[in-house]
This record gives sequence, structure tokens and C-alpha cells, in this order.
Amino acid sequence: MNLHAVRAIYAFEMARTRRTLMQSVVSPVVSTSLYFVVFGAAIGSRIQSVGGVSYGAFIVPGLIMLSLLTQSVSNASFGIYFPRFSGTIYELLSAPVSPLETVLGYVGAAATKSIVLGLIILATATLFVPLQILHPVWMVLFLLLTATTFSLFGFILGLWANGFEQLQVVPLLVITPLTFLGGSFYSIDMLPAGWQQLALFNPVVYLVSGFRWSFYGHADVAVGVSLGVTVLFLALSLVIVVWIFRTGWRLKA
Amino acid sequence: MFRYPAAARYAERMHDILTIDGVSKTYASGLTALSHIDLNIRRGEIFALLGPNGAGKTTLISIVCGIVNASSGSVRVDGHDIRRDWRAARELIGLVPQELTTDAFETVLGAVTFSRGLFGKPADPCHIERVLRSLSLWDKRNSRIVTLSGGMKRRLLVAKALSHEPQLLFLDEPTAGVDVTLRREMWALVRDLRDTGVTVILTTHYIEEAEEMADRVGIISKGRLILVEDKAVLMHQLGRKQLTLELQQALTTVPALPGVAPDALTLAKDGEQLVYTYDREREHTGMAELLLALSEAGIAIKDLHTTQSSLEDIFVGLVAGSAAESTAAPTDAGALT
Repeated sequence: MNLHAVRAIYAFEMARTRRTLMQSVVSPVVSTSLYFVVFGAAIGSRIQSVGGVSYGAFIVPGLIMLSLLTQSVSNASFGIYFPRFSGTIYELLSAPVSPLETVLGYVGAAATKSIVLGLIILATATLFVPLQILHPVWMVLFLLLTATTFSLFGFILGLWANGFEQLQVVPLLVITPLTFLGGSFYSIDMLPAGWQQLALFNPVVYLVSGFRWSFYGHADVAVGVSLGVTVLFLALSLVIVVWIFRTGWRLKA
Repeated sequence: MFRYPAAARYAERMHDILTIDGVSKTYASGLTALSHIDLNIRRGEIFALLGPNGAGKTTLISIVCGIVNASSGSVRVDGHDIRRDWRAARELIGLVPQELTTDAFETVLGAVTFSRGLFGKPADPCHIERVLRSLSLWDKRNSRIVTLSGGMKRRLLVAKALSHEPQLLFLDEPTAGVDVTLRREMWALVRDLRDTGVTVILTTHYIEEAEEMADRVGIISKGRLILVEDKAVLMHQLGRKQLTLELQQALTTVPALPGVAPDALTLAKDGEQLVYTYDREREHTGMAELLLALSEAGIAIKDLHTTQSSLEDIFVGLVAGSAAESTAAPTDAGALT
């Protein structure tokens, strides 16, 4: 294995984050804090508790997931798309680097960034609402799995996109709506029966549910199912990435 | 599966660092960029690949480097097949692309260090410093790439390609857009690299560059390698020599002179010059007979001088000949080497 290459890609991507600290870290933290102020403090005080948890505390796992998903997709997609756009991808394609090593470097860096961001948001949340984490190991596991899975998904998006518009379309028109409709701000028990059934087709429901369970022991779907769906999505994304590198789709003429 | 014989592999490793066998490339659009290319590159030489725009030079380089997939044929770098043994093959290759493609916001030092790591080499600040100093970039090591001039960016691409100490270096139009001084510095650098054992393959539009540096020259046109030859041999064999005679009085027609082939003579400069083209390899060039015949015909001469055709003349002649041949025989897809 070319570990020097993995380290080089990882360090390069992390350096990019340091160069754009305001955009990469400060901006998501500020916007998430605003969610807490609006939904937690202002509106949340007028909403009754959900499953025995105050509304302000209830939305914390959903808000972390919202940032985790959008940042994972955005970081990983931009990380691989920009070399394609600028032409510097030639160096990666001509280097002795396997698809696995490439993915470890790019997806590893993107996942690291979003996990750090998730933890910062978690720390920020403690300033606004009282928090408890009943299953910290599961919380970390869901955090890792979700960040990795959606970074992989973002990586695929970065390989697929043929322009900045396409790069923005999926996060804006797919990821964000799915996250908002995936129970970030409510329990799907609160939806009408028909909508509840429909919501089960949304993969984000399983992520938010499993993650929230690790905090409060309360879940919309069984935690095993949440874990299974996340792992399934991870495996599917891996298969697609390996196929892309083997065939050279969108990479090689 | 066909196994390349061990003895042949050993012999190849001793002499050729790159072996291209029957490589063809047809893009999805249907464009055939390369047709059955066979080419061996000797270890430690400077090989210039010449060809007009769209001839297939960059496609050939891109296939060897793993950026483009060949439609057929095989490529071995130091005996390593680029498909089966891709990792070992790629470790040996450095590529300086034609386009100035760099990460604008990275620093010079960061970009070169990244390249070394990408090619599987552990960090070596001393080597990186040597490379940057040799390319006059050390003072700019902490500058962001976006602040560099075009020439500096070109040198940075060379530094990135040299960061992992490659054995085979591809320079795709290395001095395009570079000023004369820097061009000469680049040439000196390439020669230094060759002296340290690095094999250099360069594509160029500047025939002067090939003439100045190359040990061998390959000419590619419309995806076909039409000639591969030692530069000295090429210029010796194909280089025409001309004797230009400045006449006292202009002529209107080429004179018929006994003992001189009529097609060897042409008029130039409104008949004020008579140009005699001869084969310098022949024992008798026919110059003495020409001068005697002119004297007997009463054609007086003011002055005379000889010229030899440059590599550019040879290149233009070969490419034009190849184009005419393609038009005459469009079904012939084989290499003419």
C-alpha cells in the first residue's frame, strides 16, 4: 500500500481546510448556532417535550446530522472535483496510487473535517441546552459511519459532476430536503400515518433515528435497522467508487 | 496468456527503458488518435517527439503515464507492463504536462512535497531543496502558486515531476510560452538530467529545441509514427545541401548545362540566383562540373555560398509527404517506421 500517497492527499486536503477556516468551520458553526437560537430558545420553549426530551435538546442530534451530511458531501465532492476542473487530476491518475488509497486520502480527510465539525457543534449545543449521551460508543460509531458514508457519496458526486452547478444541485435539491424531511427537527411519529410510511423511504430517517437513539435512547426505527441501512449505503458507495476507478469513468478518456 | 521471455525482458531492461508495442487509440467520438505505434526508447537518451498539432503526441504520452487507456497494444516501462504492474511502472515516470495546471492556492514547497508523497516516496527536504534551487524556485518556496509568473509555473511543474526522482521524464511542450533565457536554462537542466541517467522524452513545436538537445527524433503525423532516427543520422541522410550562385545577370529560364541534371537546378530571387541542390553523401557532388559548364556557357557568377537543410526542413518535408500519402492511400493504417 502507498501510505505516503494516502498521507500526502490527506495532508493536502486538511491544509485546504486550514486555508479556508472561516468557510469550512466557522460558517457551519454560526449557522447551526442560529438554529439553536431560533428553534431551541425562541420557538422550542413553546413546543412540548418530545419523548420526554425538551425540544431544544431533541433537535441536537438532527442538527449535528444536518451539518455532518452536508459538510461530508460538500468537502468530499469539492476535494475531488476541483482537481478535475483545474486539470491537476493528471498527477493523481499518473501516480502509483490505487483507488483504495485515493479514497482513503480524500474521503478520510472529508470525513475527518465533518466529524470535527460535528463535535464542535455538539460542544456548541451544550452552551444552549442540557445534553445527555446514553450510548457514547454508539454515538461515535454513527458519527464515523455517517461521515464516511456521505463523504464517499460526495466523492462520487465530485467524480460525476461536470460543472459547479451540478456540484451544487445534489446537496441543495437532494441532501438538504432529505435531511429536513428525515426527522432532524421532529420525530416521524408526529407525522400523519401516510407520511410516516413515506418517510421510511428516506435513508436520512435511519441515520437521524440511530444517532438520536445514542443520545436519548429514543428512536423512530430500531437501532439495528438504522445501522444496517447505513452500512448498506456505505457498501453501495464503495462499490460505485471502485467501479469508477476500474473503468476510468469521467476520469480517463 | 503470452509470457514475455525472461531473456528478452533482461535484454530490454539493459537497453530500453520504454517499449511501446502496437499501441492504438480510438476515442469514444470515433477519432483515431494513434494507429499501431511501435517505439523503443533507450535508457539515458533524450528523445524528441515531433509532430503538428493533433498528431497524437500528448495521447501517446498520456497512455504511457496511465492518464488515457489504450484501445490496443502494450506498454512496458523498464520491463513493467503499465497495466499488470502499473505501480512499479508509474513510480519510474515523471510527467510535465503541456497545460499550466496547478493548485493556485497551494505554496510552491507544499505542491512539490505533495507530488513526492503521491509517488510513494518518503519526505526528503534536502532533495526538494536541490530541485527547487536547480529551477531557481527556492526563493519562492513559500509563495502561493497563484502569485507566480507563467515561466515560474512551468518550472514548478518540472519540479513536481522531478520530486520523486523519476527514471523516465516526459516533457510535453516544456518551453511553450517561456522566454529565451529560461528556455536555454531548461535545456541545460534537461542535459543535466540526462547526465544523471534520467531518460527524457520531450514533445515540442520548437524544432530548434529538438535539434539542440535530442539524441533521437521521432516524427508523428495523424497518429502514425512516420520516422524514428538518430538525429545526427537523420540530418546526415535527409539533410539536403544547396549551392547558391549569385549571377552577374539575371536569367529567365534554367539553363540546360551538359553533365548537370536539370531538376537539380532552380532559379530564385527573380533569376538573380541559381540554386543547385545536391546529395552530400555522393562522392561526386557535381559542383566542379556545374561551375565548368556555367563558365563554358558564359554565365558569370558574382558570389556563391552553400546551405544545409535544418531539422525543421526535414520535419516539414516528412509531414507533408505523410499527409500526401494518407490522401493517396487512406486505407493504409500501418506505421511506416
